Amino acid sequence: MQRATANRLTPYMFMAPAVVIMVIALLYPLGYMVWGSFRDWDPSQTIGEAEFVGLKNYITLWHDPNFRESLGVTLSFAFFVVTFEMVIGVGLALLLDRNIRGMSVLRTLFILPMMIAPVVVGLMWRYMYHPTVGTFNRFFEAIGLPTVDWLGANALMSVIIADIWQWTPFIFILSLAALQSLPRSALEAARIDGATGWQQIIHIKLPLMMPVLIVTGLLRLIDAFKVLEVILVMTEGGPGLSTEILALRISRTATEFRELGVAAAMSNYLLILLLFITVMMFAFTRWQEMRANRLRAAVEGDE
Amino acid sequence: MATSYDKQPPAFYALIAALVVMSVGPVLLMFVNSFKLDVDIISGTSGLIFLPTIQNYETALCDVLWYKPDHVDHCSLKFGNAFGNSLIIALVSTALTLVIGCMAAYALVRFKFMGRDSVSLTTLMVRMVPPAVLLVPVFGLWNNEFCIGKTTYVGSLIRETFGGRGDVCLAGTHSGIILVYVAMNLPFVIWILQSFIVQVPRSLEEAARVDGAGPFQVFFKVVLPLIKPGLAAAAIFTFRIAWNEYLLASALSDRNTKTVPILIVNNMSEFNVEWGVIMATGMLLAIPPIIFTLFASRQIITGMTAGAVKG
Repeated sequence: MQRATANRLTPYMFMAPAVVIMVIALLYPLGYMVWGSFRDWDPSQTIGEAEFVGLKNYITLWHDPNFRESLGVTLSFAFFVVTFEMVIGVGLALLLDRNIRGMSVLRTLFILPMMIAPVVVGLMWRYMYHPTVGTFNRFFEAIGLPTVDWLGANALMSVIIADIWQWTPFIFILSLAALQSLPRSALEAARIDGATGWQQIIHIKLPLMMPVLIVTGLLRLIDAFKVLEVILVMTEGGPGLSTEILALRISRTATEFRELGVAAAMSNYLLILLLFITVMMFAFTRWQEMRANRLRAAVEGDE
Repeated sequence: MATSYDKQPPAFYALIAALVVMSVGPVLLMFVNSFKLDVDIISGTSGLIFLPTIQNYETALCDVLWYKPDHVDHCSLKFGNAFGNSLIIALVSTALTLVIGCMAAYALVRFKFMGRDSVSLTTLMVRMVPPAVLLVPVFGLWNNEFCIGKTTYVGSLIRETFGGRGDVCLAGTHSGIILVYVAMNLPFVIWILQSFIVQVPRSLEEAARVDGAGPFQVFFKVVLPLIKPGLAAAAIFTFRIAWNEYLLASALSDRNTKTVPILIVNNMSEFNVEWGVIMATGMLLAIPPIIFTLFASRQIITGMTAGAVKG
């Protein structure tokens, strides 16, 4: 009898530490933030002392041109980064999916950029982009090309390039894994039917990889909204607001302008955006599973 | 016979060489520059011909060196201290996340219980929360709410032992930062480990149970040894995030609990950047992840594919 109760309690005992920590340090803070976003909140006050202002923070933000610009920068950063990384990463995977010596060494070298601290990545690129001593401008000067104002007029582009450098390998590794787990029979059949390399890629490889590619792209998209340190170190959001992504603006609103309520409201806008993407990802995987089940059922029905 | 390799056209090898240069080049550049004097970095007349010096590393590590380097008059950069903080925070939070996450993942995979679906859905959802979103609430809570009053017994005891004024709060302590990191990494670790635990054959566990092992014994003696590759992958990812994170650490740490990323950012924002020293500190921060990558790249790749493909 006692044994039975113990067994029923087992899963809860296994879950308890994780649930307690996530509730204290993740869910409660998120609720606290939503609560705080309705208040005129200063870092010197506790949340109870802050005045309740309703939706004021949200409305002010919505009409704030700086917030809108920052939102625009965030969206275009995420869009360009994910697009370029998907194209380059998948392209490289298709190109390098061959039986060659030293592939594992190659993969090791490629994942190096991802593992290094974003702060350090920002530091390396800030040096390379430096207007006079930087690697790129020195190289351009040496071969007689005009120098580029990397972190000035072209700051957003430069930041995007640095992110592409760091995260394309992620897409590459995942699409290579997807490619190598494709059913060999389909490729074999296509080759026997005389499909050219391009035809194989467009009609067989890409469609079969699509589920993995879409999930990878969405994961990368979610992560693109988390980027902060690289940009902070490279440009600090400047010049002007040209590279001030939302994450950076939230941290500046909280620490520099000392408006915690506004920063909380901004965080909520960002969360809503990300929630939307996550729900899309769920819906997609569910739909994929359902379709796979239906196909399997259809095949079994035929036999 | 060993596997045979296909022969490829030379252009293919040229492309691979270019890719390797592109991905490793910036890291090598930083490595080389960290051994140059600032004069050499700025004059730049000689790209590769220079006299390597460890001065930058001496300046960076001046607070832990046993001797006093000639060129350092005042040791302002407390790098050694920050490195110690980073190490404590990253190691403790990785260990905690793994143990806690492992147990939770096991429960989610192997048991049917009330609230299982909502737990697993919440875990998936909070994965998307960016650290920047946690900044405001964590700052507020850790400074104002997660405190022990200085008049209570425990609070006064801590104040008497360690000194300081005011209430005893989580902000500014190692445990405060560790708590956020554990919470932040748990969803990801649970997600990855689930896909490894599913693969453990149920019959093994049942056999152990027939032999009289309790649920905790089954977990620690049968399941854990079998999911070692998954644990390694999860450990590397957790360590990487805790080791590299800047934003939340900067909001929660004080002068004595600063981590290395904070130190680097603070030194970068000054007007006159000392490139040599900064690159030396950057290199020191990058070394542990680089070592992991070189020795455990297979685990990293397995973890990455498991995390993304098993949605």
